[in-house]
Amino acid sequence: MINRRTFLASSAAVAGAGILGASAGRSLAADPIKLGSILDTSGAFDAYGKPMDMALRLAVDEINAAGGLLGRQVEIVAYDTQSDMALYTQYGQQLARVDKVDVVHGGILSASREAIRQTLRKSGVPYFYNVLYEGGVCDRNITVIGVTPSQQVEVLIPAAIKKWGKKIYVLAADYNYGQITARWIEKFAKDAGGEVVQTDFFPLDVADFGSTIAKIQGAAPDIVVPALVGGPHLSFFRQWAAAGMKSKIPMASTTIGIGNEHKVLTAEEGDGILVAYNYSPEIVSPANEAFLKAWTAKYGNTDQIHEIAVSHYQGIHVWAEAVRKAGDVGRDKLTGAIESGLSFEGPGGKVLIDPKTHHAVLDVHLMEMSGQKLKVLESFQQRQPSDTQGVCDLAANPDDNTQYEIKI
Amino acid sequence: MDLAAIFAVEILYALASLVVISSGLAVVFGMMRVINLAHGEFMMVGGYATIVAVKSGINIYIAMLIVAPIVVGVLGVIVERLIIRRLYGRLVDTMLATWGLSLLLIGLASMIFGNTTTGISPPIPGFAIGRYQVNGYSFFIILAAVAILVAMFAVLAGTRAGLVARGAMQNPAMASALGYNPERVYMLTFFAGSALAGLAGGLFAPLLGLVPTIGSAYIAKAFITVISGGASVIAGLVSSAVLFGATSQIFTLATTPMVGEIALLLIAVVLLRLLPQGITSRFFRGAM
Repeated sequence: MINRRTFLASSAAVAGAGILGASAGRSLAADPIKLGSILDTSGAFDAYGKPMDMALRLAVDEINAAGGLLGRQVEIVAYDTQSDMALYTQYGQQLARVDKVDVVHGGILSASREAIRQTLRKSGVPYFYNVLYEGGVCDRNITVIGVTPSQQVEVLIPAAIKKWGKKIYVLAADYNYGQITARWIEKFAKDAGGEVVQTDFFPLDVADFGSTIAKIQGAAPDIVVPALVGGPHLSFFRQWAAAGMKSKIPMASTTIGIGNEHKVLTAEEGDGILVAYNYSPEIVSPANEAFLKAWTAKYGNTDQIHEIAVSHYQGIHVWAEAVRKAGDVGRDKLTGAIESGLSFEGPGGKVLIDPKTHHAVLDVHLMEMSGQKLKVLESFQQRQPSDTQGVCDLAANPDDNTQYEIKI
Repeated sequence: MDLAAIFAVEILYALASLVVISSGLAVVFGMMRVINLAHGEFMMVGGYATIVAVKSGINIYIAMLIVAPIVVGVLGVIVERLIIRRLYGRLVDTMLATWGLSLLLIGLASMIFGNTTTGISPPIPGFAIGRYQVNGYSFFIILAAVAILVAMFAVLAGTRAGLVARGAMQNPAMASALGYNPERVYMLTFFAGSALAGLAGGLFAPLLGLVPTIGSAYIAKAFITVISGGASVIAGLVSSAVLFGATSQIFTLATTPMVGEIALLLIAVVLLRLLPQGITSRFFRGAM
């Protein structure tokens, strides 16, 4: 029996089909490639996410201005996860199943990456994670552009030990990044003849470090190594300086500066902290000059640029390079291109993708905070992600889908 | 020895911060039996008021100690006139209404200031005790807590206004018969409680990265402190702050901050099981 409701529904469906058919016919030639973006552009981690979003838009503008990819424009489908890990699962599904994007770039905290990695793998959507992290992810569906511990911690900790002494006190964020990075710090400290006297972990919303500062003084280390993450943890550096500890115990950090903390803190609060990253705005190269110029043209000044914004920018261009090489956006051909010795000359130097791990070979610079800037002390060319290379071989085990953790 | 001294400072600081966080709630809940679930957000507003004032060039002490309490006090009066006064004696309804209010305030703060972290640096430098350094601002919080307690005691026990307020809370009909307007007394008490919340927000602003949702970090601690304290406003506040502050800090210093938090919550659960009416139902009875 046909009643009014089913009649309306079916006629609407017919009308809808007409519209869809027409649009499909018209846009066949220039159907855009959909790039899914998933970043915290508000909340506790927005200091990381906002500039990453800017970098994404700049990179996509550049790609489109150069005629797009395979004759198609790139369209961004972006979600703001509001620094809420639960939203990653939700928007990850949305990108893969509803928006049916061709690639996903994003995720900031390692917890957020692990929240969406399996969904994207199952749905066959290639995933680019463009952030410094703790290493060890072995999965053919993911490409990692960020710096890993063997590229960063292995440079940073021995330099700090040589400069200041052997006893290290580690403060780390209490989730997979902090837990695993703390173990790498312990390993590289031991290798360099130092020792970690104590490691404390802090949930991401902790903002009062008074008792910790007292405890650190009790332990009297030569170096404090904070691997702290996000807005609330920034209070540590303020409280450390406010207690007058700056001049007493020096610091080397695996995370500070990634979110432009050196510009948020005053020079007195930040000066002298040792870090090691892939990018500094002071790098002199044609690629960096072009990048700074393009960023200034789009956003007025370069204040917002930071380590992982540049990683993100490089990740998007690496993906674009892979699409050009593969002649296709689908996962199989794209993965083939990624594993063919792909490289990109980015603002942070040459980014070469290691086919066995899908991680990047990168330049790393040992730097010191000075006057709200990152001053380069020493540069290391093309460092291998050897932490992950030691455990992961995607050529031999293409179906591997694990995050390996370092054992001590 | 010096190390013992800085540990002692940290423990005192923990007690003091519980007093500062909870004093506004102690007045509003302890005296008026109004459960203000927006207490944390009142603190958040105090924090933003301080930061805005400092960034527009006002002296940081004036911003913390005067601007923040007044802004939040006025907010409190508006809230009392519009919402709370219609709900006196209806415990569950006030909870619902103030919870809605807290969501509204978080939303408004996100719209105005953005869902992002802002902050200012503490105005007091650290100094040395022997070989060790302490945060000068910790002493300021300890002093502030003492000042708040002394002021509360002085007003409640020593002034006519305090007497009238206590009388109106105990027996509004009698206070009314004696020529006082209980409505007015409630309003002023709520103003005082809100202003204390604003003061707390102001005092903590330099220590924290402020976000619109920061209130949730305080609300649980404030309620646990006030409810475990029991019926006496000041004696209850002090006794539970001492108990919880000392426990959590000793565990934090001996192990990790996580264990410290767990210890605080465990003690609170056991305490409320043994003394459901709070510490002052058994000890310090009849104290202010």
